Amino acid sequence: MHTFAELIIVLIILLDLALAVTGSLSSCIRLVAVQGVVAGLLPLLAGSGAPHLRALLFAAVIMTLKGAVFPWLLMRARDKSGARKDVEPLISYPASIVLCLGAFIASSWMGSRLPLPETQVAWIVPASLATIFTGFLLITTRSKAITQVLGYLVIENGIYIFGLALFVEQPMMVELAILLDVFVAVFVMGIAIFHISREFDHIDTAELSELSDWRRGEYGK
Amino acid sequence: MIIAMMLLPLAAGIAAFMIRGDRARRALLLWTARFHLLFTVSQFVLAFRAGTFSAGPAAAAAPQGTVWFQYDALGLFFAGIASLLFLGAAHYAVAYLAAEKHDPGSDADDGFIFNNAPEAVFTGCLLLFLAAMTGVTASRNMGLLWALVEATTLLSAPLIYFHRHKRSLEATWKYLLICSVGIALALMGNLFLGAAGLKTGAGLDLSALFLKAAVLDKPLLKAAFLFLFVGYGTKMGLSPFHTWLPDAHSEAPAVVSALLSGALLNCAFLGILRAGAVCAAAGLADFTGGILVLFGLLSIITAALFMLGQRDYKRLLAYSSIEHMGILALGIGLGGGAAFGALLGALSHSLTKAGLFFTSGVVLAAEKTKRIADVRGLWRRAPATAALWLAGFFIITGAPPSGIFLAKFLILKEAVYGRHYWLAGLFLFFLAVLFAGMAKVFIAMTFGEREAKAAEKPFTEPRGMLVPACAFFMLVIGLGLYLPGWLRALIAASVSNAGGKL
Repeated sequence: MHTFAELIIVLIILLDLALAVTGSLSSCIRLVAVQGVVAGLLPLLAGSGAPHLRALLFAAVIMTLKGAVFPWLLMRARDKSGARKDVEPLISYPASIVLCLGAFIASSWMGSRLPLPETQVAWIVPASLATIFTGFLLITTRSKAITQVLGYLVIENGIYIFGLALFVEQPMMVELAILLDVFVAVFVMGIAIFHISREFDHIDTAELSELSDWRRGEYGK
Repeated sequence: MIIAMMLLPLAAGIAAFMIRGDRARRALLLWTARFHLLFTVSQFVLAFRAGTFSAGPAAAAAPQGTVWFQYDALGLFFAGIASLLFLGAAHYAVAYLAAEKHDPGSDADDGFIFNNAPEAVFTGCLLLFLAAMTGVTASRNMGLLWALVEATTLLSAPLIYFHRHKRSLEATWKYLLICSVGIALALMGNLFLGAAGLKTGAGLDLSALFLKAAVLDKPLLKAAFLFLFVGYGTKMGLSPFHTWLPDAHSEAPAVVSALLSGALLNCAFLGILRAGAVCAAAGLADFTGGILVLFGLLSIITAALFMLGQRDYKRLLAYSSIEHMGILALGIGLGGGAAFGALLGALSHSLTKAGLFFTSGVVLAAEKTKRIADVRGLWRRAPATAALWLAGFFIITGAPPSGIFLAKFLILKEAVYGRHYWLAGLFLFFLAVLFAGMAKVFIAMTFGEREAKAAEKPFTEPRGMLVPACAFFMLVIGLGLYLPGWLRALIAASVSNAGGKL
């Protein structure tokens, strides 16, 4: 069973790299969805023996949310905002992938240094840290509001995998509350994107710069 | 009782979305706030009678089974602050919403007429926000605490966007994204915390963590504290993670700014305190104390530097909040008498800052601008508002007698007593800078000759919007003169719950 889990880890790392170079917004949304579903499969494979009913149910909820509901919400936000089709990176794609690879090297070093309990699945800690870094990369180097939400989701995926690596079993109620929060976050952010596109005629967050302490003019006049 | 405290605003919030009539909805808001405070007070009386507040962090340990929600002194203290503040905010909001309905107001700075969000959504979110905050103060599980803190972010985001203005939208977006990502880091912290107790099976339940604190894995516990500190510190507005705070506080309606500043920041601080208490129980108080002192001081310095040359008076108040969050962190980090001072400061700051934000809303209504340079001679146009504005300034900067003066004095005393002379010196110096920076603004706004603007109608001060601020200011001054025995006992018990060096 662990070979499957390790294959999934490889897949997750590849998805991180793909996210760093994909230019099309809709492919990005799909990649994040695939990553969420794949990460949702992990707990079923990593454990020994047949998974419990509870784990099965929970994995089903996660996969429905991340694989179907979130992409649907984000695609809707994309269509309604009439955004351009590409992600408009602030840095070039080669630079993105170099940063992503660098993050992966750094996370494998960190993964070996962290005083964590022994994990059964190889590379799970570095993969989770690399995913978190990729999420930050998406948030900071892509200018669209939607890609920032995607970055947030990728960070969430990374943290989810990290939690699996540490074997931290949170009570069901807490897990569900976290999922509910993420769901509402994506929902509220989707609404905010819609409003941004209506007010500003674009969803480029680099242009959201009226509020600062050292204004060039008073209130941008 | 605790369940009722959470269910009441939850049910009322859901009902507020459905009620059509403005009058009924406002009455619902008021009565929910009143009953919530009543519940909180009776919860306090019950606990005080039972004498559960006497001992240290493990005292509130659940006897058997998992307990999701239970109050210890610290949680109850912060719940009391939130509840009291919400009562004032509800009274203010009723007057404010009535005024906004009558005249939505406009933004003189670029001729924008506000197209406010529906009042039902606003009231509903306010009530749900209260429910989430109550949950944060009562939760006994770090995972649940995380989920509820994130819920407060999501529920308050629509509140900031009430005015449907471009700038408030920008503020909302920054708030949502920065806080959500910040809080995601706190989730990492929770995972580390869980890993620290993996061998002993402590889980994330606070009582279990306290019981098994001595056998937790120390390096993992340190990592957990760092992540939790950065995560909740973002939400609390500690420098350098504070960037969302001035934007959100300046663009939200006054009543929302007051709640964010007075209640929400405290809730985030509670997250740090809980993590700190676990670390202290595991013998890491020096480690957490050092971090708290460092970032506390950094926040005070940042606030002082950004305060000078500030052009927007609501941003000025936001930076003053960052300063006070810094003072709280500093006080808790120093421990001992300073921790008492910090918690007293939390109470006084919440009341004073809420009063100041309430007053700033009236100033905005009178002058239609948030630019400091455009407000002169406020006392001619709105004398009562001007008096409150000036009084609020003196209280917030720590002029005696007030709770804030007492808090700052206790922290300073502890710093000197512990022979941290450089720390005490820096603390005093930057408090002086802050005083000077704020004095310049507040005095210029209050006094001076006023030039009437074109097409200006005479302004009648809405009394309903001034009374809560006035009441809060009197309470804070009262705290400086006389600390009732029960409050002293509550704060002392809270200090023991918060851990820290003693």
